[in-house]
Amino acid sequence: MRVIEVRGLRKSFRVGAEPLPVLAGVDLAAGRGEFVSLIGPSGCGKSTLFNVLVGLEPLDAGEVRLNGEAAPGKRELFAYMPQQDLLFPWRRVIDNITLGLEVQGMSRRRARERVRPLLPTFGLEGFEHAYPFELSGGMRQRAALLRTVVQERPVLLLDEPFGALDSLTRTTMQRWLEQLWERFRWTALLITHDVREAIFLSDRVYVLSPRPAHVRAWLEVPIPRPRALAVMATPPFLEIERQVRALLDQGAVGPRENDRDADEWEPVSAGDGPGEDARHG
Amino acid sequence: MPVATFALCALAIWEAYARTSGIAPQVLPAPSRVLREGWAFRELIGTHAVPTLQASFLGFTLSMVVATVLAVVMDFSRRVRAALYPALVASQTIPIIALAPLMVIWFGFGLGPKVAVVALVTFFPITVGWVDGFKSTEAGAVQLLRSMGAGSWQVFCKVRLPSALPSFFSGLRIAIVYAVVGAIFAEYVGARYGLGIFMQLQKNSFRTDLVLAAMFVTATISIVLFLSTYLVERLVIPWHFAARRLTDR
Repeated sequence: MRVIEVRGLRKSFRVGAEPLPVLAGVDLAAGRGEFVSLIGPSGCGKSTLFNVLVGLEPLDAGEVRLNGEAAPGKRELFAYMPQQDLLFPWRRVIDNITLGLEVQGMSRRRARERVRPLLPTFGLEGFEHAYPFELSGGMRQRAALLRTVVQERPVLLLDEPFGALDSLTRTTMQRWLEQLWERFRWTALLITHDVREAIFLSDRVYVLSPRPAHVRAWLEVPIPRPRALAVMATPPFLEIERQVRALLDQGAVGPRENDRDADEWEPVSAGDGPGEDARHG
Repeated sequence: MPVATFALCALAIWEAYARTSGIAPQVLPAPSRVLREGWAFRELIGTHAVPTLQASFLGFTLSMVVATVLAVVMDFSRRVRAALYPALVASQTIPIIALAPLMVIWFGFGLGPKVAVVALVTFFPITVGWVDGFKSTEAGAVQLLRSMGAGSWQVFCKVRLPSALPSFFSGLRIAIVYAVVGAIFAEYVGARYGLGIFMQLQKNSFRTDLVLAAMFVTATISIVLFLSTYLVERLVIPWHFAARRLTDR
């Protein structure tokens, strides 16, 4: 059963008089309890894709289906975790975690009760009344993830969640997230630049083309779970990694029309062009 | 306490000069004389300080309410901001020195015109504090809330308002120093009671010592008010202080 299905998603921005296509018909899907990654070159439009999915940007064409039916209010579908943890400095950790529930109209007290039992699992027990600045980078990211999952939306949308962490912390977090996912089996859509992170965490990896983005290919990751970090050195993993990199490289040097266009757009994405690509890419 | 050392040195030099140079106390009284005479007239100075404090307090409260309402409205509507902001800047170009006597002509010698002058000189820094504070809101935080399904009002209450508080307090600190000065100025050009008119009268009867004593009282009030903003800030936004302490280290 497909929880989420995205078909033919198109989006372009207007730069001066010229339309700048960013998404050129993106198709993807995730089944219940499936962990799916999107990987693509910098500035390929991944963040725009997320913004469209979350409902922050209107889409030009295409549809998003939930459980086989056309989804009405898109915001109800996804719980969004941005790259920056964006914990509010004026809220204590627990009140940051309950933010989404409060927005939904739950009282602060009930929201706290709902969240409290999850704190140990997320390694935040004893820190619920601390302020965010008192936490380490890894803890902040765990709090941000908990803030995302307690919203109990059908799909988690993770936008490079570990991109701002140092590499040691990132590895720890990747292993932690894998274990946690084993336990909760969320349906998750992860955007990342990190090929190994994508393969390590996912059941399926979508490789996006350069802008305007479409899905170039997708690969299953038939590596059994639970996965240890050592799995990254095994032949099946390395083979998938090789394939993903080959698909990405094809975009970087290939003679395809898209690639020439992508180069031409570079100045736009480096300046204050449209959308979020400039920032994330 | 480098401040105390500096102040004591300055006072000592002043005292020595006033005593040895033979300068008339009507021109430059020694600090000891200012202190003695100020103390002797403490009740009179106290009586005059009350309306000054009243005008400062009422004017400042009025200005805080008006500034906050204006800033919030401007935050919600770009069009209102485009219409109002230039007018607010223009209001600051009015020379108070010319306006204050007119206020007396228009509204008389009562409390009203003093309150108005205080409000006029203090509301601008508070408004700017709010407006800049709202602008400093992180775009990503707003996006995050919107992704959670928040409307404009929730975005305002949960992100924009708390984001703006540190900047608001900076504006408040600047404004509160102007409050007492504004009140005294308004009294100086016409009032029945108040430290401003007290100074005016004493100057006219060559009691320079009492003018200086009243100035000392004024300065003390302003400094106390200024410091009290830190106290209030610490109570209202403790997270800001705690975070700053950590990053200062």
